[in-house]
Amino acid sequence: MKPQHPLARSLVTVRSWPFLIDLGVATFGLALFLGIVQMGSYWLTRPQPSATISLSVHALPLYAFYSVVRIGLAYLLSLIFAVGYGYLAAYNARVETWMIAVLDILQSIPVLSFLPPVMLAMVALVPHYQLGLEMGAILLIFTGQVWNMAFSFYSSLKSIPREMVEASRIYRFSAWQRFWQLELPNAAIGLIWNSIVSVAGGWFALIACEMFSLKGTDFRLPGLGSYLLTAASANPVDLHALLWGLTVLVLIIVATDQLLWRPLIAWSDKFKFEQVESSSRVTSPILTLLQKSSFLLRLPGGLWERAEEKIYSRLAHGRGCSVIQPMDPPEVKGGINVLTATLGSAAGLLLLWGAIHLPALFHSVGKAEILHLFAGAAATFLRVNVSLLIAAAWTIPVGVAIGFHPKLARIAQPIAQIVASVPATALFPVLLLGLIKLGGGLGIGSIVLMLLGTQWYILFNVIAGATAIPSDLKEVSTLYRFSLWQRWTTVILPGIFPYLITGMVTASGGAWNASIFAEYFHLNGKTLEILGLGAQINSATQHNQLTILLLATILISLMVVTMNRLVWRRLYRLAETRFKLET
Amino acid sequence: MQEAVIPNQTPPLEAPPAVDAIIRAVKVEKYYAQPSQNRIQVISATDLDIVPGEILALLGPSGSGKSTMLRMLSGLSVPTAGQVYWHNLPIASAEVNVSIVFQSFALFPWLTVLENVEAPLQARGVAPEERRERSMKMLDTVGLDGFEGAYPKELSGGMKQRVGFARALVVEPEVLFMDEPFSALDVLTAENLRSELLELWAKKTMPTKAVFLVTHNIEEAVLLADRIVVLGRNPGHIRTDFKVQLPQPRDRKSEPFTQLVDYIYKVLTRPDVVPAEAPDQQAGQRVRDQRQMHYQMLPHARPGGMAGLLELLLDKGGRDDIYHLADDLAFEIDDLLPIVDAAQLLGFLTIEEGDAAITPSGTEFANSEILRQKELFRGAAVKSVLLLRQIRRALEAKSDHTVPEDFFLDMLDEQFSEEECLRQMETAVAWGRYAELFDFDAGRRRFVLPDTPEEDIASETTPNEGAE
Repeated sequence: MKPQHPLARSLVTVRSWPFLIDLGVATFGLALFLGIVQMGSYWLTRPQPSATISLSVHALPLYAFYSVVRIGLAYLLSLIFAVGYGYLAAYNARVETWMIAVLDILQSIPVLSFLPPVMLAMVALVPHYQLGLEMGAILLIFTGQVWNMAFSFYSSLKSIPREMVEASRIYRFSAWQRFWQLELPNAAIGLIWNSIVSVAGGWFALIACEMFSLKGTDFRLPGLGSYLLTAASANPVDLHALLWGLTVLVLIIVATDQLLWRPLIAWSDKFKFEQVESSSRVTSPILTLLQKSSFLLRLPGGLWERAEEKIYSRLAHGRGCSVIQPMDPPEVKGGINVLTATLGSAAGLLLLWGAIHLPALFHSVGKAEILHLFAGAAATFLRVNVSLLIAAAWTIPVGVAIGFHPKLARIAQPIAQIVASVPATALFPVLLLGLIKLGGGLGIGSIVLMLLGTQWYILFNVIAGATAIPSDLKEVSTLYRFSLWQRWTTVILPGIFPYLITGMVTASGGAWNASIFAEYFHLNGKTLEILGLGAQINSATQHNQLTILLLATILISLMVVTMNRLVWRRLYRLAETRFKLET
Repeated sequence: MQEAVIPNQTPPLEAPPAVDAIIRAVKVEKYYAQPSQNRIQVISATDLDIVPGEILALLGPSGSGKSTMLRMLSGLSVPTAGQVYWHNLPIASAEVNVSIVFQSFALFPWLTVLENVEAPLQARGVAPEERRERSMKMLDTVGLDGFEGAYPKELSGGMKQRVGFARALVVEPEVLFMDEPFSALDVLTAENLRSELLELWAKKTMPTKAVFLVTHNIEEAVLLADRIVVLGRNPGHIRTDFKVQLPQPRDRKSEPFTQLVDYIYKVLTRPDVVPAEAPDQQAGQRVRDQRQMHYQMLPHARPGGMAGLLELLLDKGGRDDIYHLADDLAFEIDDLLPIVDAAQLLGFLTIEEGDAAITPSGTEFANSEILRQKELFRGAAVKSVLLLRQIRRALEAKSDHTVPEDFFLDMLDEQFSEEECLRQMETAVAWGRYAELFDFDAGRRRFVLPDTPEEDIASETTPNEGAE
C-alpha cells in the first residue's frame, strides 16, 4: 500500500515577496506598540468623569481607537472568562447545574442594570486614575458579550465524541495536553462564531456605556459611542458629525470582518469534524498572506514550542500522567472540597444578606411605583412581541426566497451580514430623527429599534433553514403540484421550524435588551420617554434610584427566564423531536 | 441442559494460571443504581485474565457488555464491585501501559497524521527528536510513509485505522485493546488489515504481549483469536471460554473452522441453554435473573423484517441454518439475530441446533396477504408480549381510550436502563401500530385506541401475566 500522492505540506507553500510581507508585518507590530503607549498614557491621567466630546471629524480616529481598544479588551476578558467558566461547569458535576442556571439568569439581565454597581466598584477600586472609569466601561461591555461564549464553550466540552476522550485518557494526556489538543480545537468553531455575535453585541453595549449619568453626575468617556450620542443629543442635532461617526463605525465593522473574522473562519476549517474534505469553504486572502509570512509563523511558533516541551516533559512525570484517569463520573462523596465549600458559603452569605435587606428595600417603594413597574413590564412585553411578529413576518418569506435561490444568496448574504453588524443603537438617533419628521414618536421608534437589533437573527436562521431543506422534498412538492399553501404548510414551514425557533429565541433576548435603549432617549436636547420597563431601568440608573433599578431588573430577568422556560424551551423540544430532518 | 462438546476441539482448559496474568479481573461487576431499590446490572461478577502470548476475542450479542468489559480491563472504567489488577497491583494505582484501537478511529481531525501518532509520546514526555523518529518508524511499519503531513480527513477509512494502529503501537503497549476495530471498514479493507495485524503479531514486530479484541463478528474472532470468550446478556456474564487451537494461517473453508463457527452460533442463538464449560456461572450474586424478569426483552426488529425472514425460510423448505440465512441476506449476524429472536418470541419459528425452523403459525403468516398477516401478528403479539397486552388492556379500560407513554415507561423503568426503556417502547410502538392494536400520538406522547374498534382482543387470550 504505497502512497501515490505524497502530501508533504512543506512543499505546498511557495512564498512570493517574502521581504515585503515581513516588512508589512513589522510595521503592524510597530503601530501596535505605539497604540499601547498612547492608551497607557491616557489611562494614567486624572479621572475625568465628563470629558468634553469634540464633534470635530478630526477627533474621530482617536475616539474610534479608544472604543476599539475597549471592545478588544472586553472581548479578551470574555474569552478567558468563558473558557474558565465553561471548564468549571463541565467538569464539576456538583456545581454544574447551578452554574448553568446562573448563566441563564445573568444572560437575561440587561447590560444597563450592571452599570451602577460595576462603575461604582471600579471607580472606588482605582480612584485616582482614568483607568477606574475605563475598567468599568470595559466590564460593562464584557457583560454584553460573555454569556453566549461561555455557553458555547461549555456545550463544546460536553459534546466531544466519547471515544476521543477515551483516547486522551488511555494515552494519559495531561490536562494541559488535553486542553490544547482536544478541548480547545473541538470548541474552536463554536467559539469563533459566537465571538462574532459577541463583538456585535459589544458594539451595541458600547454605545450605552460610554455616556451615562450616575448619581447626578454625567459620565462621558471619549469614544465613538459618546461621539454619536453627543451629536444626537445636541440642540440642534449635529447631523454632519452623526453621519461621519456612523461612516467610521461601518468602516471599522467591515474591516473587522475582513481582517479578523474571515481569516479566522477560513482557518477554523481544519477543526471541522469531517469524514471527507468538503468542496466549498470560506477563503481569505489575509489568511493566505499571514501563512506566507515566515516571520509571523516561525518566531512565536518556535518560542511556543520550546516552552511547551518543558511543560510536557515536566507534566509527563507527574502523578496525573502515570495512571489512567477513569471515565466514570466521580461518585459524589461525603466530603466537601474547599472550592465547593467556599462557593457554597459565599452564596449562603449573599442570600442571608439579601434576606435581611430585601424587606427594607420593598418598604421604601410605594404601591404606585410598583404598579407603575408592572404596567411598564406589560408595555415592554407587548412591544417585544410585536417586534418579534413583525420581524418574523418579513424575514420568513425573504429568508426562504434567499435560501431557495443560491444566486440571490450569494449577493444578498454578505450585504445583510454587514448591515446586521452595524449596532442598532448607533443607527437609532438618525432613525428617530426621521420618524419625528414624519410625525411618529418614540412609540414607533422603540419598536423599530428592537426590530433593527433582532430581525437579523431570525433572517439568518431562516436562510440557513431554507438551505437545509433537502432538495428531494422540494422536488416532491413540485412533482405532485402542491398548491402554494400546501407547499408552505407541508414542506417549508416544518422544514425551517427548528431554525426559526433558534432565531426567535435569540431575537427575543435581544429585543428585551434593546428595550432599555429604545424607550428612553436623549435627542435634540430633550429626553424622550415612554412607558416601559426599559425606560424605568434607564431612568432609574440616571437618577440613582437603585431600588427601582433592582426591582425592574428582577422583573425583566424573571420575565425573560419564564418566557424561555415556558414557551421557547417547549418549542425547542418540539423542533428537536418532531421537526428534525434526519440525515 | 448441557451443551455438546465442541467438535474437533480439545475440551476447554482451566483458567490459565494466575501468576503470569498481565491483567486480571477478579469478580468485577458493573451496575447502575436506580432511584427505586432495583439496580440495573450490566455485568454480573466475572473473572477474566489476560495472559501473555495470547490474542483473546470477546464475543457476545449487543447489550452483553463487551465494551464495558474492555473499558474495565483497560482501566478506563472503574468496576462497581470487584477489582482489576495490573501485574498484581490494583489498576487504578499502577502505571499501566496499554493502548486502544477504536471503532470510530478517534483520531484528532485537527492534527496531522504524524502529530496524531506523536501525541501519546508527547504525553509521556518523550523528547521531540526521539518522538519524531519513533512515530515515523511506526508509520512506516503500518504502510503510511509519505502520509505523515496529511490530515485524517484526507485519508480513506482503512488508512485512518492504520493511523489508529500506529498511534496505539507507538507507545509499545503490553496489551493492545481493540474495540470492534474493523467494523467501520469495508469487507476487503478489513480483511487486509486483519492479515497485516496477524503478520505483525506473528513476526513479533510489535513488543505487545497480548491482544484483547472485542467483536461481534464470529468469523473474525475464529480467524484471529487464540482464545474466545462468549458473553451472554441480562446481565453480562461469561457463557463459554475456550482455546482455539487451529494453526495459523486459518482457512475459512476448512471443516474445523466452520464447525467452530457453528458452535459459537449455537451458543449465541440459544441464550437459555447453559453451555457445559461456562466457568463461574454461580459466582457472585445476580441482582436480577432473566427468569425473574417481568417483561420480556423485546428484540428490536420490525414486523416487516420478520415477514421477510419467514418468507425466505419458507422458500428454503421451512428450515435453515441461521448462519446461511445471514449469508443469503448479506446481513451481519448481529442484525439478523433480533429478527430471529422476535419471530421466535411470537411463535413463528423455533431454534434447534443453530437452525431456524418455521412453525405452522409462521407458515400461515408467511403465506397470508397483508391484512391477514396483521391479524395473525396481532393475535401472536397479544398472546406472547406482556407489554403490548397491558397497553391494549389499559386503553380499553379507560373511558377516554388514551394512556400516556410515561405510565408504561415507569413500569419498564423498574427493569431496564433508561436508554433501553426508550428502545423497548419504540419497538412496542412499532409492533402495536403494525398490528393495529393501538395508535401512538408522538406529539402528546400518548397511546390511543384506533378509531375502528377491533374485537376485544386482549380478553380473548388466556391470562398469562408475568410468565415467560
